[in-house]
Amino acid sequence: MKKLWIPLTYSIFLILIIVPLARILTGAWSDGWNGFANALSRPEALHALLMTGLITIVVTIINTLFGVMLSLYLVRAEWLPEKLKQLLNSVLDLPFAVSPVIGGLMIVLLLGPNTALGALLNDVGISIVYAFPGMVIATLFVTFPMMVREIMPVLQEIGTSQEEAASTLGAYSWYTFWQVTWPAIRWGVIYGVVLTVARCLGEFGAVLVVSGNIINKTQTATTLVYQDVENFNVTAANGVALVLAAVSVGLLLLMEWAKKRKEVH
Amino acid sequence: MNFMFRSRWWSFGFRSTVMLYFLLLVVIPIIGIYTQSFSLGWKPFYESVSDPLAWKAVLLTVKLAFIAAVINILIGTMIGWTLNRYKFAGRRLLNSLVDLPFALPTAVGGLMILLLLGPNSFVGNIADKLGFQIVFHEPAIVVAMIFVTFPFVIRAVQPLLEEMDKSEEEAAYTMGASKTKTFLQIIFPSMLPGVLSGGMLAFSRALAEFGAVVLVAGNIPGKTLIASVFIYGEIESDNSQGAAAVSIILLTFSFIILWIVSRVQARRSSK
Repeated sequence: MKKLWIPLTYSIFLILIIVPLARILTGAWSDGWNGFANALSRPEALHALLMTGLITIVVTIINTLFGVMLSLYLVRAEWLPEKLKQLLNSVLDLPFAVSPVIGGLMIVLLLGPNTALGALLNDVGISIVYAFPGMVIATLFVTFPMMVREIMPVLQEIGTSQEEAASTLGAYSWYTFWQVTWPAIRWGVIYGVVLTVARCLGEFGAVLVVSGNIINKTQTATTLVYQDVENFNVTAANGVALVLAAVSVGLLLLMEWAKKRKEVH
Repeated sequence: MNFMFRSRWWSFGFRSTVMLYFLLLVVIPIIGIYTQSFSLGWKPFYESVSDPLAWKAVLLTVKLAFIAAVINILIGTMIGWTLNRYKFAGRRLLNSLVDLPFALPTAVGGLMILLLLGPNSFVGNIADKLGFQIVFHEPAIVVAMIFVTFPFVIRAVQPLLEEMDKSEEEAAYTMGASKTKTFLQIIFPSMLPGVLSGGMLAFSRALAEFGAVVLVAGNIPGKTLIASVFIYGEIESDNSQGAAAVSIILLTFSFIILWIVSRVQARRSSK
Protein backbone atom coordinates (compact mmCIF):
# COMPACT_ATOMS: atom_id res chain seq x y z
CA MET A 1 0.00 0.00 0.00
CA LYS A 2 2.77 2.37 0.95
CA LYS A 3 4.17 2.04 -2.56
CA LEU A 4 0.92 3.38 -3.93
CA TRP A 5 0.06 6.18 -1.50
CA ILE A 6 3.34 8.08 -1.52
CA PRO A 7 3.62 8.50 -5.30
CA LEU A 8 -0.08 9.35 -5.43
CA THR A 9 0.38 12.06 -2.80
CA TYR A 10 3.36 13.41 -4.66
CA SER A 11 1.48 13.54 -7.93
CA ILE A 12 -1.48 15.40 -6.41
CA PHE A 13 0.84 17.98 -4.92
CA LEU A 14 2.67 18.24 -8.22
CA ILE A 15 -0.50 18.79 -10.24
CA LEU A 16 -2.38 20.97 -7.79
CA ILE A 17 0.36 23.09 -6.21
CA ILE A 18 3.81 22.83 -7.71
CA VAL A 19 3.04 22.97 -11.43
CA PRO A 20 0.68 25.97 -11.05
CA LEU A 21 3.31 27.84 -9.03
CA ALA A 22 5.93 27.09 -11.64
CA ARG A 23 3.56 28.22 -14.37
CA ILE A 24 3.15 31.66 -12.76
CA LEU A 25 6.92 31.90 -12.57
CA THR A 26 7.48 31.05 -16.23
CA GLY A 27 4.42 33.01 -17.36
CA ALA A 28 5.77 36.23 -15.92
CA TRP A 29 8.97 35.78 -17.94
CA SER A 30 7.31 34.78 -21.20
CA ASP A 31 8.27 38.14 -22.72
CA GLY A 32 11.66 38.09 -21.05
CA TRP A 33 12.90 40.38 -18.32
CA ASN A 34 11.51 43.40 -20.12
CA GLY A 35 7.99 42.06 -20.11
CA PHE A 36 8.17 41.48 -16.38
CA ALA A 37 9.78 44.85 -15.68
CA ASN A 38 7.24 46.65 -17.85
CA ALA A 39 4.35 44.91 -16.15
CA LEU A 40 5.56 46.06 -12.78
CA SER A 41 6.73 49.55 -13.67
CA ARG A 42 3.37 50.60 -15.05
CA PRO A 43 2.12 53.46 -12.87
CA GLU A 44 -1.11 51.57 -12.15
CA ALA A 45 0.86 48.52 -11.00
CA LEU A 46 3.01 50.59 -8.66
CA HIS A 47 -0.06 52.35 -7.32
CA ALA A 48 -1.92 49.07 -6.87
CA LEU A 49 0.97 47.52 -4.95
CA LEU A 50 1.20 50.65 -2.80
CA MET A 51 -2.53 50.45 -2.02
CA THR A 52 -2.25 46.80 -1.08
CA GLY A 53 0.74 47.59 1.14
CA LEU A 54 -1.04 50.45 2.89
CA ILE A 55 -4.20 48.41 3.49
CA THR A 56 -2.12 45.55 4.83
CA ILE A 57 -0.30 47.78 7.30
CA VAL A 58 -3.39 49.60 8.60
CA VAL A 59 -5.51 46.45 8.84
CA THR A 60 -2.81 44.38 10.51
CA ILE A 61 -2.25 47.00 13.20
CA ILE A 62 -5.95 47.48 13.98
CA ASN A 63 -6.73 43.79 13.79
CA THR A 64 -3.85 42.88 16.10
CA LEU A 65 -4.77 45.44 18.76
CA PHE A 66 -8.45 44.62 18.83
CA GLY A 67 -7.83 40.90 18.35
CA VAL A 68 -5.59 40.66 21.41
CA MET A 69 -7.98 42.67 23.58
CA LEU A 70 -11.07 40.84 22.40
CA SER A 71 -9.55 37.43 23.01
CA LEU A 72 -8.48 38.52 26.49
CA TYR A 73 -12.04 39.60 27.21
CA LEU A 74 -13.64 36.52 25.69
CA VAL A 75 -11.47 34.17 27.72
CA ARG A 76 -10.88 36.08 30.95
CA ALA A 77 -13.51 38.73 31.53
CA GLU A 78 -15.66 38.20 34.58
CA TRP A 79 -17.99 41.04 33.65
CA LEU A 80 -19.33 39.06 30.70
CA PRO A 81 -21.92 36.38 31.50
CA GLU A 82 -20.86 32.91 30.36
CA LYS A 83 -23.81 32.59 27.96
CA LEU A 84 -22.98 35.87 26.26
CA LYS A 85 -19.38 34.78 25.88
CA GLN A 86 -20.48 31.62 24.12
CA LEU A 87 -22.74 33.60 21.83
CA LEU A 88 -19.99 36.09 20.95
CA ASN A 89 -17.66 33.18 20.42
CA SER A 90 -19.86 31.70 17.74
CA VAL A 91 -20.64 35.07 16.13
CA LEU A 92 -16.90 35.57 15.84
CA ASP A 93 -16.56 32.93 13.13
CA LEU A 94 -19.25 34.38 10.89
CA PRO A 95 -16.88 36.39 8.68
CA PHE A 96 -15.28 33.08 7.67
CA ALA A 97 -18.62 31.82 6.43
CA VAL A 98 -19.52 35.00 4.55
CA SER A 99 -18.55 35.12 0.90
CA PRO A 100 -16.15 38.05 0.42
CA VAL A 101 -18.47 39.56 -2.18
CA ILE A 102 -21.27 39.54 0.38
CA GLY A 103 -18.91 41.10 2.92
CA GLY A 104 -18.30 43.92 0.49
CA LEU A 105 -22.01 44.23 -0.24
CA MET A 106 -22.75 44.65 3.45
CA ILE A 107 -20.46 47.65 3.66
CA VAL A 108 -21.91 49.20 0.51
CA LEU A 109 -25.40 48.68 1.93
CA LEU A 110 -24.56 50.31 5.25
CA LEU A 111 -22.19 53.06 4.21
CA GLY A 112 -22.73 53.49 0.48
CA PRO A 113 -23.52 56.89 -1.07
CA ASN A 114 -27.27 56.08 -1.14
CA THR A 115 -27.56 55.37 2.58
CA ALA A 116 -28.32 57.84 5.33
CA LEU A 117 -24.98 57.37 7.04
CA GLY A 118 -23.05 57.47 3.79
CA ALA A 119 -24.77 60.68 2.68
CA LEU A 120 -24.12 62.27 6.04
CA LEU A 121 -20.43 61.42 5.90
CA ASN A 122 -20.30 62.58 2.30
CA ASP A 123 -21.60 65.99 3.34
CA VAL A 124 -18.81 66.27 5.85
CA GLY A 125 -16.40 65.37 3.07
CA ILE A 126 -15.55 61.82 4.06
CA SER A 127 -16.19 59.17 1.47
CA ILE A 128 -16.01 55.59 2.65
CA VAL A 129 -17.24 53.42 -0.16
CA TYR A 130 -15.15 53.63 -3.34
CA ALA A 131 -12.35 55.03 -1.20
CA PHE A 132 -9.58 53.90 1.11
CA PRO A 133 -11.58 53.73 4.41
CA GLY A 134 -14.13 51.37 2.89
CA MET A 135 -11.41 49.08 1.63
CA VAL A 136 -9.85 48.99 5.07
CA ILE A 137 -13.20 48.20 6.69
CA ALA A 138 -13.86 45.42 4.17
CA THR A 139 -10.47 43.86 4.83
CA LEU A 140 -10.94 44.23 8.59
CA PHE A 141 -14.22 42.36 8.29
CA VAL A 142 -12.69 39.39 6.45
CA THR A 143 -9.63 39.14 8.66
CA PHE A 144 -11.49 39.71 11.91
CA PRO A 145 -11.54 36.15 13.33
CA MET A 146 -7.95 35.28 12.44
CA MET A 147 -6.11 36.88 15.34
CA VAL A 148 -8.69 35.93 17.96
CA ARG A 149 -8.80 32.31 16.84
CA GLU A 150 -5.02 32.05 17.24
CA ILE A 151 -4.81 33.64 20.68
CA MET A 152 -7.88 32.25 22.42
CA PRO A 153 -6.70 28.61 22.59
CA VAL A 154 -3.34 29.73 24.01
CA LEU A 155 -5.02 31.81 26.69
CA GLN A 156 -7.33 28.94 27.59
CA GLU A 157 -4.40 26.58 27.83
CA ILE A 158 -2.16 28.66 30.06
CA GLY A 159 -4.93 29.26 32.58
CA THR A 160 -5.06 32.11 35.03
CA SER A 161 -2.85 30.92 37.89
CA GLN A 162 0.29 32.81 36.84
CA GLU A 163 -1.62 36.01 36.16
CA GLU A 164 -3.42 35.73 39.50
CA ALA A 165 -0.13 35.17 41.26
CA ALA A 166 1.28 38.26 39.63
CA SER A 167 -1.64 40.46 40.61
CA THR A 168 -1.75 39.10 44.18
CA LEU A 169 1.87 40.06 44.44
CA GLY A 170 0.72 43.55 43.59
CA ALA A 171 1.58 43.89 39.93
CA TYR A 172 -0.51 46.38 37.97
CA SER A 173 -2.65 44.93 35.24
CA TRP A 174 -0.50 46.39 32.46
CA TYR A 175 2.56 45.08 34.14
CA THR A 176 0.96 41.65 34.52
CA PHE A 177 0.03 41.68 30.88
CA TRP A 178 3.51 42.48 29.61
CA GLN A 179 5.39 40.27 32.04
CA VAL A 180 3.13 37.25 32.29
CA THR A 181 0.50 37.08 29.58
CA TRP A 182 2.40 38.50 26.63
CA PRO A 183 5.34 36.06 26.70
CA ALA A 184 2.85 33.20 26.63
CA ILE A 185 0.73 34.44 23.75
CA ARG A 186 3.58 36.04 21.79
CA TRP A 187 3.98 33.31 19.18
CA GLY A 188 0.26 32.98 18.76
CA VAL A 189 0.09 36.70 18.01
CA ILE A 190 2.95 36.49 15.53
CA TYR A 191 1.27 33.58 13.79
CA GLY A 192 -1.98 35.55 13.70
CA VAL A 193 -0.19 38.56 12.22
CA VAL A 194 1.27 36.41 9.44
CA LEU A 195 -2.16 34.97 8.66
CA THR A 196 -3.70 38.44 8.66
CA VAL A 197 -1.03 39.82 6.33
CA ALA A 198 -1.52 36.90 3.94
CA ARG A 199 -5.27 37.45 3.89
CA CYS A 200 -4.91 41.23 3.43
CA LEU A 201 -2.62 40.80 0.45
CA GLY A 202 -4.91 38.28 -1.11
CA GLU A 203 -8.28 39.84 -0.37
CA PHE A 204 -10.16 40.26 -3.60
CA GLY A 205 -13.93 39.89 -3.55
CA ALA A 206 -14.75 42.28 -0.71
CA VAL A 207 -12.27 44.89 -1.87
CA LEU A 208 -13.46 44.65 -5.48
CA VAL A 209 -17.03 45.44 -4.46
CA VAL A 210 -16.16 48.23 -2.05
CA SER A 211 -13.40 49.89 -4.05
CA GLY A 212 -15.16 50.05 -7.40
CA ASN A 213 -11.73 49.09 -8.82
CA ILE A 214 -10.88 52.60 -9.99
CA ILE A 215 -7.53 52.57 -11.74
CA ASN A 216 -4.77 54.58 -10.02
CA LYS A 217 -7.15 55.37 -7.19
CA THR A 218 -8.64 52.40 -5.41
CA GLN A 219 -7.13 49.55 -7.38
CA THR A 220 -5.23 46.95 -5.36
CA ALA A 221 -2.79 44.33 -6.59
CA THR A 222 -5.37 41.55 -6.77
CA THR A 223 -7.99 43.66 -8.49
CA LEU A 224 -5.33 44.78 -10.98
CA VAL A 225 -4.60 41.12 -11.78
CA TYR A 226 -8.32 40.66 -12.38
CA GLN A 227 -8.52 43.68 -14.64
CA ASP A 228 -5.45 42.63 -16.62
CA VAL A 229 -6.90 39.19 -17.21
CA GLU A 230 -10.21 40.71 -18.31
CA ASN A 231 -8.27 42.87 -20.76
CA PHE A 232 -6.41 39.78 -22.07
CA ASN A 233 -3.15 41.27 -20.88
CA VAL A 234 -2.00 37.99 -19.38
CA THR A 235 1.72 38.72 -19.22
CA ALA A 236 1.11 41.87 -17.21
CA ALA A 237 -1.27 39.99 -14.91
CA ASN A 238 1.43 37.39 -14.46
CA GLY A 239 4.01 39.94 -13.41
CA VAL A 240 1.84 41.27 -10.57
CA ALA A 241 0.68 37.77 -9.69
CA LEU A 242 4.27 36.62 -9.41
CA VAL A 243 5.02 39.35 -6.87
CA LEU A 244 1.96 38.32 -4.85
CA ALA A 245 2.80 34.63 -5.10
CA ALA A 246 6.39 35.25 -4.02
CA VAL A 247 5.19 37.15 -0.95
CA SER A 248 2.72 34.36 -0.16
CA VAL A 249 5.45 31.72 -0.33
CA GLY A 250 7.58 33.89 1.93
CA LEU A 251 4.70 34.21 4.39
CA LEU A 252 4.20 30.46 4.26
CA LEU A 253 7.82 29.92 5.31
CA LEU A 254 7.31 32.44 8.10
CA MET A 255 4.18 30.57 9.19
CA GLU A 256 6.12 27.30 9.41
CA TRP A 257 8.75 29.01 11.52
CA ALA A 258 6.18 30.64 13.82
CA LYS A 259 4.34 27.34 14.16
CA LYS A 260 7.49 25.62 15.31
CA ARG A 261 8.22 28.35 17.84
CA LYS A 262 4.63 28.24 19.03
CA GLU A 263 4.87 24.52 19.73
CA VAL A 264 7.98 25.02 21.83
CA HIS A 265 6.04 27.20 24.24
CA MET B 1 -8.14 56.08 45.40
CA ASN B 2 -7.80 58.54 42.63
CA PHE B 3 -5.63 56.10 40.71
CA MET B 4 -8.14 53.30 41.09
CA PHE B 5 -10.94 55.51 39.92
CA ARG B 6 -8.99 56.44 36.86
CA SER B 7 -7.97 52.90 36.05
CA ARG B 8 -11.57 51.76 36.34
CA TRP B 9 -12.64 54.35 33.83
CA TRP B 10 -9.84 53.30 31.60
CA SER B 11 -10.84 49.66 31.63
CA PHE B 12 -14.48 50.60 31.15
CA GLY B 13 -13.45 52.62 28.12
CA PHE B 14 -11.43 49.75 26.70
CA ARG B 15 -14.21 47.27 27.20
CA SER B 16 -16.83 49.41 25.53
CA THR B 17 -14.54 50.24 22.62
CA VAL B 18 -13.69 46.62 21.92
CA MET B 19 -17.28 45.43 22.22
CA LEU B 20 -18.55 48.30 20.10
CA TYR B 21 -15.97 47.49 17.46
CA PHE B 22 -17.08 43.87 17.43
CA LEU B 23 -20.71 44.90 17.16
CA LEU B 24 -20.17 47.47 14.42
CA LEU B 25 -17.81 45.40 12.31
CA VAL B 26 -19.46 42.00 12.42
CA VAL B 27 -22.94 42.01 13.90
CA ILE B 28 -24.47 45.14 12.39
CA PRO B 29 -23.45 44.36 8.77
CA ILE B 30 -24.97 40.89 8.96
CA ILE B 31 -28.21 42.24 10.40
CA GLY B 32 -28.08 44.96 7.76
CA ILE B 33 -27.98 42.53 4.87
CA TYR B 34 -30.93 40.54 6.18
CA THR B 35 -33.02 43.67 6.61
CA GLN B 36 -31.97 45.05 3.23
CA SER B 37 -33.15 41.95 1.38
CA PHE B 38 -36.62 42.42 2.87
CA SER B 39 -36.44 46.21 2.61
CA LEU B 40 -39.08 46.30 -0.11
CA GLY B 41 -41.24 43.64 1.51
CA TRP B 42 -41.77 39.96 0.86
CA LYS B 43 -42.80 40.20 -2.76
CA PRO B 44 -39.66 41.74 -4.25
CA PHE B 45 -37.65 39.33 -2.12
CA TYR B 46 -39.55 36.41 -3.55
CA GLU B 47 -39.23 37.84 -7.05
CA SER B 48 -35.46 38.28 -6.86
CA VAL B 49 -35.00 34.82 -5.43
CA SER B 50 -37.32 33.11 -7.87
CA ASP B 51 -35.66 34.73 -10.87
CA PRO B 52 -34.56 31.68 -12.91
CA LEU B 53 -31.04 33.07 -13.37
CA ALA B 54 -30.66 33.50 -9.62
CA TRP B 55 -32.00 30.03 -8.92
CA LYS B 56 -29.78 28.44 -11.50
CA ALA B 57 -26.74 30.26 -10.12
CA VAL B 58 -27.45 29.05 -6.58
CA LEU B 59 -28.14 25.46 -7.68
CA LEU B 60 -25.04 25.38 -9.86
CA THR B 61 -22.94 26.66 -6.97
CA VAL B 62 -24.31 24.05 -4.58
CA LYS B 63 -23.78 21.27 -7.11
CA LEU B 64 -20.21 22.21 -8.01
CA ALA B 65 -19.24 22.96 -4.42
CA PHE B 66 -20.54 19.55 -3.45
CA ILE B 67 -18.49 17.82 -6.16
CA ALA B 68 -15.42 19.77 -5.09
CA ALA B 69 -15.98 18.88 -1.42
CA VAL B 70 -16.33 15.17 -2.22
CA ILE B 71 -13.15 15.14 -4.28
CA ASN B 72 -11.41 17.04 -1.50
CA ILE B 73 -12.60 14.54 1.08
CA LEU B 74 -11.11 11.70 -0.97
CA ILE B 75 -7.74 13.25 -1.72
CA GLY B 76 -7.59 15.06 1.62
CA THR B 77 -8.12 11.89 3.65
CA MET B 78 -5.50 10.10 1.59
CA ILE B 79 -2.93 12.90 1.85
CA GLY B 80 -3.54 13.42 5.57
CA TRP B 81 -3.02 9.71 6.09
CA THR B 82 0.12 9.50 3.96
CA LEU B 83 1.71 12.57 5.50
CA ASN B 84 1.12 11.32 9.04
CA ARG B 85 1.81 7.63 8.72
CA TYR B 86 4.65 7.22 6.28
CA LYS B 87 8.16 8.57 6.48
CA PHE B 88 9.55 9.56 3.13
CA ALA B 89 11.82 12.13 1.56
CA GLY B 90 10.16 15.52 1.18
CA ARG B 91 7.38 14.81 3.67
CA ARG B 92 7.95 17.98 5.65
CA LEU B 93 8.11 20.08 2.52
CA LEU B 94 4.80 18.68 1.30
CA ASN B 95 3.30 19.21 4.73
CA SER B 96 4.12 22.91 4.62
CA LEU B 97 2.94 23.24 1.02
CA VAL B 98 -0.53 22.12 2.12
CA ASP B 99 -1.28 25.63 3.38
CA LEU B 100 -0.25 27.36 0.18
CA PRO B 101 -3.80 27.73 -1.19
CA PHE B 102 -4.69 29.63 2.00
CA ALA B 103 -1.69 31.91 1.72
CA LEU B 104 -2.01 32.56 -2.00
CA PRO B 105 -4.39 35.29 -3.19
CA THR B 106 -7.40 33.62 -4.77
CA ALA B 107 -7.13 35.79 -7.87
CA VAL B 108 -3.61 34.42 -8.38
CA GLY B 109 -5.01 30.91 -7.95
CA GLY B 110 -7.56 31.63 -10.66
CA LEU B 111 -4.88 32.98 -12.96
CA MET B 112 -2.80 29.84 -12.45
CA ILE B 113 -5.70 27.63 -13.49
CA LEU B 114 -6.41 29.84 -16.47
CA LEU B 115 -2.80 29.59 -17.61
CA LEU B 116 -2.56 25.84 -17.11
CA LEU B 117 -5.87 24.74 -18.53
CA GLY B 118 -6.87 27.65 -20.72
CA PRO B 119 -6.83 27.99 -24.49
CA ASN B 120 -3.35 27.62 -26.01
CA SER B 121 -2.13 25.68 -23.00
CA PHE B 122 -0.92 22.09 -23.23
CA VAL B 123 -3.82 20.58 -21.30
CA GLY B 124 -6.33 22.89 -22.95
CA ASN B 125 -5.22 21.78 -26.42
CA ILE B 126 -5.45 18.09 -25.58
CA ALA B 127 -8.92 18.54 -24.09
CA ASP B 128 -9.93 20.53 -27.16
CA LYS B 129 -8.85 17.70 -29.46
CA LEU B 130 -10.76 15.21 -27.37
CA GLY B 131 -13.79 17.41 -27.78
CA PHE B 132 -14.45 18.79 -24.34
CA GLN B 133 -13.70 22.13 -22.79
CA ILE B 134 -12.35 22.96 -19.38
CA VAL B 135 -11.87 26.66 -18.94
CA PHE B 136 -15.03 28.80 -19.01
CA HIS B 137 -17.01 25.63 -18.30
CA GLU B 138 -17.97 23.67 -15.21
CA PRO B 139 -14.77 21.59 -14.86
CA ALA B 140 -12.66 24.72 -14.40
CA ILE B 141 -14.97 25.97 -11.64
CA VAL B 142 -14.64 22.66 -9.81
CA VAL B 143 -10.85 22.75 -10.20
CA ALA B 144 -10.77 26.29 -8.80
CA MET B 145 -12.94 25.24 -5.85
CA ILE B 146 -10.77 22.20 -5.15
CA PHE B 147 -7.66 24.36 -5.22
CA VAL B 148 -8.86 26.96 -2.72
CA THR B 149 -10.35 24.41 -0.30
CA PHE B 150 -7.50 21.92 -0.57
CA PRO B 151 -6.09 22.35 2.99
CA PHE B 152 -9.36 21.95 4.94
CA VAL B 153 -9.77 18.16 5.04
CA ILE B 154 -6.05 17.49 5.45
CA ARG B 155 -5.74 19.90 8.36
CA ALA B 156 -8.87 18.49 10.02
CA VAL B 157 -7.74 14.87 9.69
CA GLN B 158 -4.14 15.25 10.82
CA PRO B 159 -4.68 16.05 14.52
CA LEU B 160 -7.05 13.09 14.82
CA LEU B 161 -4.46 10.75 13.35
CA GLU B 162 -1.87 12.09 15.76
CA GLU B 163 -4.09 11.63 18.81
CA MET B 164 -5.19 8.16 17.80
CA ASP B 165 -4.53 5.34 20.16
CA LYS B 166 -2.22 2.93 18.38
CA SER B 167 -3.04 0.03 20.67
CA GLU B 168 -6.47 -0.57 19.14
CA GLU B 169 -4.94 -0.76 15.73
CA GLU B 170 -2.23 -3.12 16.91
CA ALA B 171 -4.77 -5.27 18.69
CA ALA B 172 -6.71 -5.62 15.46
CA TYR B 173 -3.58 -6.73 13.63
CA THR B 174 -2.65 -9.22 16.33
CA MET B 175 -6.08 -10.72 16.13
CA GLY B 176 -5.48 -11.33 12.48
CA ALA B 177 -7.49 -8.57 10.85
CA SER B 178 -6.33 -7.58 7.39
CA LYS B 179 -4.97 -4.11 6.71
CA THR B 180 -8.06 -3.05 4.80
CA LYS B 181 -10.37 -4.34 7.50
CA THR B 182 -8.39 -2.59 10.23
CA PHE B 183 -8.48 0.63 8.29
CA LEU B 184 -12.21 0.49 7.67
CA GLN B 185 -13.23 -0.65 11.14
CA ILE B 186 -10.69 0.94 13.48
CA ILE B 187 -8.85 3.78 11.79
CA PHE B 188 -11.47 5.31 9.55
CA PRO B 189 -14.16 5.71 12.24
CA SER B 190 -11.77 7.75 14.36
CA MET B 191 -10.85 9.90 11.37
CA LEU B 192 -14.47 10.41 10.43
CA PRO B 193 -15.24 13.53 12.51
CA GLY B 194 -12.26 15.27 10.93
CA VAL B 195 -13.20 14.12 7.46
CA LEU B 196 -16.75 15.37 7.92
CA SER B 197 -16.00 18.72 9.52
CA GLY B 198 -13.16 19.36 7.07
CA GLY B 199 -15.41 18.40 4.19
CA MET B 200 -18.17 20.70 5.39
CA LEU B 201 -15.80 23.62 5.84
CA ALA B 202 -14.50 22.98 2.34
CA PHE B 203 -18.06 22.91 1.07
CA SER B 204 -19.00 26.20 2.70
CA ARG B 205 -15.80 27.84 1.50
CA ALA B 206 -16.44 26.56 -2.03
CA LEU B 207 -19.96 28.01 -1.91
CA ALA B 208 -18.51 31.39 -1.05
CA GLU B 209 -15.55 31.36 -3.42
CA PHE B 210 -15.31 34.29 -5.78
CA GLY B 211 -11.78 35.31 -6.78
CA ALA B 212 -10.53 32.07 -8.25
CA VAL B 213 -13.83 31.23 -9.91
CA VAL B 214 -14.60 34.58 -11.52
CA LEU B 215 -11.46 34.36 -13.64
CA VAL B 216 -12.03 30.86 -15.00
CA ALA B 217 -15.80 30.48 -15.10
CA GLY B 218 -16.72 32.50 -18.16
CA ASN B 219 -19.75 33.68 -16.15
CA ILE B 220 -22.44 32.90 -18.71
CA PRO B 221 -25.80 33.49 -16.98
CA GLY B 222 -27.72 30.28 -16.42
CA LYS B 223 -24.75 28.14 -17.45
CA THR B 224 -21.49 28.94 -15.70
CA LEU B 225 -22.56 31.82 -13.49
CA ILE B 226 -22.15 30.89 -9.84
CA ALA B 227 -23.92 32.59 -6.96
CA SER B 228 -21.15 34.89 -5.74
CA VAL B 229 -20.48 36.13 -9.28
CA PHE B 230 -24.22 36.61 -9.76
CA ILE B 231 -24.29 38.74 -6.61
CA TYR B 232 -21.35 40.76 -7.90
CA GLY B 233 -23.20 41.36 -11.18
CA GLU B 234 -26.30 42.54 -9.31
CA ILE B 235 -24.22 44.96 -7.26
CA GLU B 236 -22.59 46.31 -10.42
CA SER B 237 -25.99 46.89 -12.00
CA ASP B 238 -27.12 48.71 -8.84
CA ASN B 239 -29.73 46.17 -7.79
CA SER B 240 -28.67 45.96 -4.17
CA GLN B 241 -31.95 44.45 -2.99
CA GLY B 242 -31.63 41.55 -5.45
CA ALA B 243 -28.00 41.06 -4.51
CA ALA B 244 -28.93 40.99 -0.82
CA ALA B 245 -31.76 38.51 -1.42
CA VAL B 246 -29.48 35.96 -3.08
CA SER B 247 -26.80 36.71 -0.50
CA ILE B 248 -28.94 35.73 2.44
CA ILE B 249 -29.77 32.36 0.88
CA LEU B 250 -26.06 31.68 0.53
CA LEU B 251 -25.34 33.12 3.98
CA THR B 252 -28.02 31.14 5.76
CA PHE B 253 -26.70 28.00 4.12
CA SER B 254 -23.13 28.73 5.27
CA PHE B 255 -24.25 29.64 8.78
CA ILE B 256 -26.07 26.33 9.14
CA ILE B 257 -22.98 24.44 7.99
CA LEU B 258 -20.76 26.40 10.36
CA TRP B 259 -23.15 25.70 13.21
CA ILE B 260 -23.12 21.95 12.49
CA VAL B 261 -19.32 21.92 12.34
CA SER B 262 -19.04 23.73 15.67
CA ARG B 263 -21.49 21.26 17.23
CA VAL B 264 -19.46 18.31 15.92
CA GLN B 265 -16.28 19.86 17.31
CA ALA B 266 -17.88 20.69 20.64
CA ARG B 267 -19.05 17.11 21.02
CA ARG B 268 -15.59 15.85 20.27
CA SER B 269 -13.89 18.09 22.81
CA SER B 270 -16.42 17.25 25.52
CA LYS B 271 -15.71 13.55 25.14
